[in-house]
Amino acid sequence: METILLFAPLVGSIICGFGWKFIGETAAMWTATGLLFLAALLSWIVFLTFDGTTEHIEVLRWIESGSLSTSWGIRLDRLTAIMLIVVTTVSSLVHLYSFGYMDHDPQWKEGESYKPRFFAYLSFFTFAMLMLVTSDNLVQMFFGWEGVGVASYLLIGFYYRKPTANAAAMKAFIVNRVGDFGFALGIFGLFFLTDSINLNDVFAAAPTLAETELSFLWSEWNAANLLAFLLFIGAMGKSAQLMLHTWLPDAMEGPTPVSALIHAATMVTAGVFLVCRMSPLMEFAPEATAFITVIGACTAFFAATVGLVQTDIKRVIAYSTCSQLGYMFVAAGVGMYSAAMFHLFTHAFFKAMLFLGAGSVIHAMHHEQDMMNYGGLRKKIPFTFGAMMIGTLAITGVGIPLTTIGFAGFLSKDAIIESAYAGGSMFGFWALVIAAFMTSFYSWRLMFLTFYGKPRGDKHTHDHAHESPKVMLIPLGVLAVGSVLAGMLWYGSFFGHADQVGKFYGIPVAEASAEGHGEEADSHGDTDSHGETDGHGDANDHGAAGEHHYVFAGKPGEGGLYIGKDNHVLEDAHATPAWVKVSPFVAMLLGLVLALWFYIWNPTLPGRLAKQQQPLYLFLKNKWYFDELYDVIFVKPALAIGRFLWKKGDGKTIDGFLNGVAMGIVPFFTRLAGRAQSGYIFTYAFWMVLGIAALVTWMSIGGGSH
Amino acid sequence: MSVFAFYLFAISAITGGLFTVISRQPVHSVLWLILAFISSAGLFVLLGAEFVAMLLVIVYVGAVAVLFLFVVMMLDVDFAELKAEMARYMPLALLIGLVILMQFVMAFGAWETSHAAADLLAAPVPADKHNTEALGLIIYDQYFLLFQLAGLILLVAMIGAIVLTLRHRTDIKRQDIIAQMMRDPAKAMELKDVKPGQGL
Amino acid sequence: MIQADLSVILPEIFLAVYAMAALLFAVYTGKDKLAKPLVYATALVMVVLAIYVGSSSTGTTEAFGGMFVNDAFARFAKVVILLSGAIVMVMGEDYMHRRGMLRFEYPILIALASVGMMMMVSAGDLMSLYMGLELQSLALYVVAAMRRDSVKSTEAGLKYFVLGALSSGLLLYGASLVYGFAGTTKFAGIITVAQHGEVSVGLLIGLVLLISGLAFKVSAVPFHMWTPDVYEGAPTPVTAFFATAPKVAAMGLFARVMHDAFGHAVSDWSQVIALLAVASMFLGAVAAIGQRDIKRLMAYSSIAHMGYALIGLAAGTEFGVEAMLVYMAIYVTMNIGTFAFILMMERDGKPITDINALNQFSKKEPGKALAMLVLLFSLAGVPPMLGFFGKFYVLRAAVDANMTWLAVAGVVASVIGAFYYLRIVFYMYFGKDGEEMQSRGSMLLNGLLAASAIAMVAGTFTTLGIENAAASAAATLVH
Repeated sequence: METILLFAPLVGSIICGFGWKFIGETAAMWTATGLLFLAALLSWIVFLTFDGTTEHIEVLRWIESGSLSTSWGIRLDRLTAIMLIVVTTVSSLVHLYSFGYMDHDPQWKEGESYKPRFFAYLSFFTFAMLMLVTSDNLVQMFFGWEGVGVASYLLIGFYYRKPTANAAAMKAFIVNRVGDFGFALGIFGLFFLTDSINLNDVFAAAPTLAETELSFLWSEWNAANLLAFLLFIGAMGKSAQLMLHTWLPDAMEGPTPVSALIHAATMVTAGVFLVCRMSPLMEFAPEATAFITVIGACTAFFAATVGLVQTDIKRVIAYSTCSQLGYMFVAAGVGMYSAAMFHLFTHAFFKAMLFLGAGSVIHAMHHEQDMMNYGGLRKKIPFTFGAMMIGTLAITGVGIPLTTIGFAGFLSKDAIIESAYAGGSMFGFWALVIAAFMTSFYSWRLMFLTFYGKPRGDKHTHDHAHESPKVMLIPLGVLAVGSVLAGMLWYGSFFGHADQVGKFYGIPVAEASAEGHGEEADSHGDTDSHGETDGHGDANDHGAAGEHHYVFAGKPGEGGLYIGKDNHVLEDAHATPAWVKVSPFVAMLLGLVLALWFYIWNPTLPGRLAKQQQPLYLFLKNKWYFDELYDVIFVKPALAIGRFLWKKGDGKTIDGFLNGVAMGIVPFFTRLAGRAQSGYIFTYAFWMVLGIAALVTWMSIGGGSH
Repeated sequence: MSVFAFYLFAISAITGGLFTVISRQPVHSVLWLILAFISSAGLFVLLGAEFVAMLLVIVYVGAVAVLFLFVVMMLDVDFAELKAEMARYMPLALLIGLVILMQFVMAFGAWETSHAAADLLAAPVPADKHNTEALGLIIYDQYFLLFQLAGLILLVAMIGAIVLTLRHRTDIKRQDIIAQMMRDPAKAMELKDVKPGQGL
Repeated sequence: MIQADLSVILPEIFLAVYAMAALLFAVYTGKDKLAKPLVYATALVMVVLAIYVGSSSTGTTEAFGGMFVNDAFARFAKVVILLSGAIVMVMGEDYMHRRGMLRFEYPILIALASVGMMMMVSAGDLMSLYMGLELQSLALYVVAAMRRDSVKSTEAGLKYFVLGALSSGLLLYGASLVYGFAGTTKFAGIITVAQHGEVSVGLLIGLVLLISGLAFKVSAVPFHMWTPDVYEGAPTPVTAFFATAPKVAAMGLFARVMHDAFGHAVSDWSQVIALLAVASMFLGAVAAIGQRDIKRLMAYSSIAHMGYALIGLAAGTEFGVEAMLVYMAIYVTMNIGTFAFILMMERDGKPITDINALNQFSKKEPGKALAMLVLLFSLAGVPPMLGFFGKFYVLRAAVDANMTWLAVAGVVASVIGAFYYLRIVFYMYFGKDGEEMQSRGSMLLNGLLAASAIAMVAGTFTTLGIENAAASAAATLVH
C-alpha cells in the first residue's frame, strides 16, 4: 500500500507529462488528479490505522559503493504519516483547484497546451516530496530534497515568458543551493563519522556523536552540534528562514496553486520536517538548537513586520508563511518537536486555504494582485469571502483562551508560544507574541482591504468580478473544514500529556511520580533502554489509567521523535502561568482592533502614517533591504568574479592556452612531421639511424647500463 | 703468420667497403665490393670454413657482383646528383656517425662475454669431421627447419620476381608449338587467280 | 623425434604445402582466371587453420630443439593473424578484380606471408625469428608493388624493400651482438645467460638494435617513415592487409623476444620501448592532422595505435602483455571495418581516398555514416566504444607498472589524435556540399562494416572471452 501511495504520483506525472498527446489533455489531467486522490485516500488510511511502531519497507536496492549501502526504502512512523496526509491531501486538492484556476490562462495563446505540463510538474513535485518524507536514509532524502527543488524551479518559472518569473525561479534555485550545500556537508559528516547514512544507524550513534570532536574549518567542533547546525543550514534554505528567506516572496511569481502547494503547505515545511526527523541528533546538540530557536524567532518577527506593509495579496501571505515557519522552528528549537509538527499540520490547512482563496480572488479580479485595487468584494464572491474569513480566524488564532476550543491556528500557535516560554527562551517568547500581534494585524488588513470598504481600482474589473467555479470552491471547503477542526481533533495527540503524545508517536513513556520526576525519569529511562518492550507495554497500560505523570523514555530512533531524558518542555508548557497562555490571544485582539481602526474606521490613517514615518515605512516596504544588501555583498561580486574568470581565466588563459596548443603548436609539429616525410629513401634511412643513436643514448642514460 | 693474414684481410675488407661507398664511379664501386667479398672469403678460410669461403667467391663474386656490374652499366643513374644531395646532409650524418661510433667503441671496449656463454658456444670446426660434412650435418639436421624456411623465402623471392616483371603482351606474335605440329601442309598455301586491275 | 617436431608445426606445414600446391595448380591450369576461387580457397584454409590452432592443443610444446614454440601466446596471435588475414583478403577481392589487379599469386603470397607470421610469433630462436620475419617481409614487399603499372605502387614496394633491408641489417647486427655475448641464439639460452651476472653494454646495444629492427616492422617512430608512403602507394586491399595481420605478428614477435629472451632485463628495455611508444603516439596524432588522404591518415593512425600497444609492452608485466594483446585484437577489428569502408569509396568507378569526398556523406548513406562514426569514435578512444577499453587497458597496465607519466602522455596524445578522427565525422555530418561520392558496397563489405561497428558497441558488454584468452596467453609468456 505504501509503495502504491509513493509511486502513484510518479505514474500520474509520467502519464500526464508524456502521454497527454495520446490520451488527450483532459484525460491526462484527470489521470494525474485521480491518482493523487488515490494517494491521499491511502495516506489517510495509513495515518488513521497507524499503531505507532516504526516500519521499514524496502522498495529496491539502490547504491552500493564501498561501505555505503543504500536501499530505496520507506520509513513509516508517525512523522512520516503526518507528512503523508499533509502532502497528499493538499496536493490532491490543489490538483482539483487547478482545473479551474489554470483554465484560460492569459499567459498562453489559444490552442497552446500548457495544462498537462502543469499537472505533470505538480504530480512530480508530489512524488519528490513523498520521497523526501518517507525516506529511511539521508541520501534518498537528499534525492527527494533536490527533486522538490527542481519541481519548485519548474513551477515558479512556469510562466516562462515573464522575465520576472524566470529570475524568481533562478533565485529560488540558487538560494537553495546555499542551504543544500550545508545539508550535503551534514550528510558527508554523518557518513564520515558513523559510516552509514541510514537513519537508524545515525540515530543510534547520536549519543556517541555528542562526545566526538570533529575538525572542520581549522577548528575543533562538537560533532553533534556541528552536524545538527549543518543540517539546519539545509533546512533554512528550504524553509526560507532569515538570511536565506529572500527567494520565497519572489517565488510568488508562480501560479497561485503552486504557491499554495509548494510555498505554503509542503515544500517549505520540509526544513521543519528535517529538524524533527533528526530530533535524536538535535537533542544532543544544545547549541545548535539554541541557534535554531533564535533564527526561528527572528524570522517570525522579521517576516511579520514586512507583511504589515505589503500590498500584493500573495506577498502578504508569503511573508505570513515565512513568519509561521519561524514559529515552527522556535518550537523545534526548544525541543518541542511535536508542537512544531502540530503547527506544520494545521498551518498546511489554513495557509493552503488562504492561498487558494487569494487565488480565487485573483481569478475573480482577472489576475489583479494588488490589494489597493480591491475592496468591497464580499458581496461579489461570498463563498471565497467565507473561506478566507475562516482562514484568517485560523491563522490569527481565534479561540476561547485557557480551553482547547478554537480554530486550528489558535491551538497550535499557542502551543508553540507556551513551549517557547517553557523552554526558557524569553527572547523567542516575546518575539512570537509580538509576531502574533502583527500576524493578526496584517491578516485582518488583508481581509478589510480586499472584502470591505469601497471598490478601488479598475471599475470594469470590479463589475465583472465573479465567483469561481465549483472545482475551485470544493477544495476551499475541504480545507476550511480542516482549518476549523484539525486543531481541536488532534490537540491531545500533538500537545496533550506525555502519555498521549508518546502513544501517538510510538515513543515509549515511563511513569514518574509528581514529586521528583527528574530522578525517576532517569532511572526509568535507563531500565527502559535495556528492556524497551516491557517499558512500552507498561506505558500503554498506565496511559489508560491517565492519573500519573509520564516522561518519554525512548531510545534515539525509536518512534517518530526522540525526546531527551531531561527534556521536560511538554510538561512545563502545560504548567505555564495563565498570562502566558492568554498573551497570544490578547495580541490577536490588539491586532484586530488596530486593523479595524486603520482600515475600517479611519481609512486615511495608514497613508498619513506612512508619510509621517517615511524611513520606517520604506524600510519595511523594501523588506529590510535584504535583497539590496545581498545584491551588493554577494551578487555583484559574484558576477564580477564570474566575469573575470570567464573572460580572463577561461577565455584568455585556458582557451588561450588550448587554442595556442591546438592552433599553434600542434600544426607546427604537423608541418614539421610533413616536411620530414620527404619521400626520399635516404631521409628515411637517416631518421632510422638517428633513431638508433637516440635509443642507444637514451638507454645509456636512462636504462640499466652498467 | 695467421695474425698477419687476418689483419691483411680485415683491412682490405674495410677499405673495400669504404671505397664502395665513396668512390665516384659506380663501376669502381662494384670492383671495390668484389675486393671486400674476396677479403671476407679470406677471413672465412682463416676460420677454417673453406666451404663457405668458396661459396662466397663463387656466388657473390662470380654471380652477384657480375650481375651488379651489368645493372650498373645498363642503368643511367646520375650518381653525381645523388651525391650532391647527400652532401647536404653530410655534416649532420658525420656527427651522428661519430656518436654511434663512440657508443660502439664504448660497448666493445667494455666487451665481455657471458661466463655461461663459453659452455654454450659450439666449436667452429668439429675435430673429427670434414668442414663440408659438418656443415651438411648442421644444415640438414639441426637446422632443418631453418633450411626449409630459407627455401620458402627463395620461393617467395622467385614468385615476386616473376609477378613484378613477367608480362604477357597480347599484341605480339607468339610461337604456338601445338599449332605448328598440327599444321596441315595442304592448307599452308592457297592459290588465287587475280585478275588484272581488280585485286582480291 | 622429427615426427613429433613436425606434428607441432603442422599448421605451418599445411599452409606452406597448400600454397605450393595451389601455385603449381594455378600455373598449369587457369592462371589469373583462377585467382578468384583461389582467394576464397586460401581464405577458407586460413580460417580452418585458425579454428584448428585455436581449439587444438593446450599447454606449451617446443619443436626443433626450442626453435619453434607452440604456446597459448603463439596460438592467440596466430588465430588473430589467420582470421584477419583471411577476412582482409576476401574483403579486397572484388576491388582488385574490378581493377584488373587480381593475380593468382596474390592469395599465394598472402598465404606464404602468413606462414612467415606464424613462424614469427612461434619463434624460439633468433634465427627462426629472422627466417619468419624475412618470409613475411619478402611476401609483403611483393604485394606492395603488385600494381606494377602504378608508379606509386612500385615506389612503395621499392621503398619498403630497401628500408626493410636496412632494418633487417640492424636486426641481424643486433642478433650477432647478442649471440656474441650469450653464445647462443636460443631465447631459452639467452635468458639463462642474462640471468646470471651482469648484463654487458654490448648486449644492451645488441638489444637496442634488435628493438630497432622490430620497431621498423611495427612502424614505431622513428622507424615509421615507410608507413605512410607504402600505405598510400599500395593497392587499398594490400594496405588493409598491412594494417592488420603483419602488425599483430610483429607485435607478437616483439613481445616474445622481449619476454622470452630478455625477461630478466625488463628495466633495460622497458625504457626504450616507452620512448618509442611516446614518440609513436605523438607523431601519429600530430602528423595525421595534416593528411587529406584517408589511406595516409590510416597509416598515421596505425602508427599511433602501435604506440599504445607498445605501452602495454613497455609496462613489462604480465598484465601489460595481456593489455597489448587485447589492444591488438580490438585494433584489428576496428581496422577491418574502417578499411571495408575505404574500399567502398569511389567516384565514377574510380577509387578515391580524399577525405573531402566524405562531405555530407550522412545525407546519402546514413547507415554507413553511422557505422563509420562508431568506428571513428572507437579509433579515437571515445567511451563507451570498445576502442576506449583497449586504451584503458594499456594505460592501466602502465599505471600499474609505475609508469604513470607514460599513461599521462598516452591520454594527451589521444586527445590530440581525437581531432582528426572527429574531423572525418564532422565532414560526414556537417561538411560543406562538395563533389559527390558513391559508395559501392557488396554484401560482404557492408556486412563487415556493420559487424565491426556493432562489435565496437557490443564489446562494451561482452568481448567474447578475448580478455581471458589474452590473459592466459600473457601468462605463458611472462616469467
